[in-house]
Amino acid sequence: MARKNRPTAEIPNGSMADIAFLLLIFFLVTTTIANDKGIAMLLPPKPDPNQPPPEVTENARNIFKILANSQDKLLVEDEPLTDVFELREMVKSFILNFGSPGEEGVEIYNSLPASMKSYISLNGRKVDSSDDPKTAIVSFKADRGTSYELYVQVLDQVNAAYNDVYGERIGLSASEFLQLDRDDPIQDKKYLAARQGIPRAISIAEPNKIVN
Amino acid sequence: MAKFGKKSNTSQDIPTAALPDIIFMLLFFFMVTTVLRETDILVKQKLPKAAQLSKLERKSLVSYIYIGEPKQSNLFGKEPKIQVNDVFVEVDEIVQFVNQEKDKLNEAERDQITMSLKVDVESKMGIVSDVQQELRDANARKILYSSVQSIDI
Repeated sequence: MARKNRPTAEIPNGSMADIAFLLLIFFLVTTTIANDKGIAMLLPPKPDPNQPPPEVTENARNIFKILANSQDKLLVEDEPLTDVFELREMVKSFILNFGSPGEEGVEIYNSLPASMKSYISLNGRKVDSSDDPKTAIVSFKADRGTSYELYVQVLDQVNAAYNDVYGERIGLSASEFLQLDRDDPIQDKKYLAARQGIPRAISIAEPNKIVN
Repeated sequence: MAKFGKKSNTSQDIPTAALPDIIFMLLFFFMVTTVLRETDILVKQKLPKAAQLSKLERKSLVSYIYIGEPKQSNLFGKEPKIQVNDVFVEVDEIVQFVNQEKDKLNEAERDQITMSLKVDVESKMGIVSDVQQELRDANARKILYSSVQSIDI
């Protein structure tokens, strides 16, 4: 009887898992989970050609000057600096100096937690540093020959100093402050409380046109 | 002795019938999350490291500018070049590129366009600041220095 010997019409599916595994491994290897992170900046608006460039009216003590030359050497407040990572602390004590705070400056000072007040009385109150956080400006000027790596490092340090200040105001660390989700009303409130009165005043000067 | 001789009736096989289904689920997950690269990057891209990074809020508002030494340095030379989409451009063509990108967006969102600068660490600031000047001219003022997360000290 031929009927009995007819082969079964089944596809063997024992190796299905293996095939799926192969595909899985392919996609695992090709996946690059999007990592679009970076240091956000807002460029100044285009200068109006009919207007003369604005004059600097701020007192020199309110401007924290960082210069970088084409050999990647730093000049911070007219003193050479070798370790870029010292900038964070320097900028922080510059922002939180309260040399001679104005009305709003006093208000900001009163809103700070006790730990920051003691930090200020220890490190701050210098005559030759910023009046209060509202007027403090960090100015960074890079040469055309400065490496991009150093530029990002300096910006990172200055941003870190500001985030330290913002975070400490509401009892968070700098990285916890960065992770605040502004879509969540509670966290947005915290964010605004931290930023209130202290602008992130980072000024990027235009580099010289001529390479030294 | 009888104790040891006793045979258990429970089967010791793990049922593997559902294994393909599990694997397929994983497969679909990765297939969906995979973004195939749209542009061929023609320049070297070793991004700088930084700790204080913020995330991009809305991807649809982001355009990318790549700057770095060309990978095919025998063809294009060793000087850092600017790449947008699939081609190299000169500095003065950036305004045009930004306007093209802005045209793709809704009118209400045009001012919120964010330029993500993917710059190689080996580049110098000269070319970057040239690009920034052009972006100011094109009124695309929100920029992001794309970088890799380093460990915060």
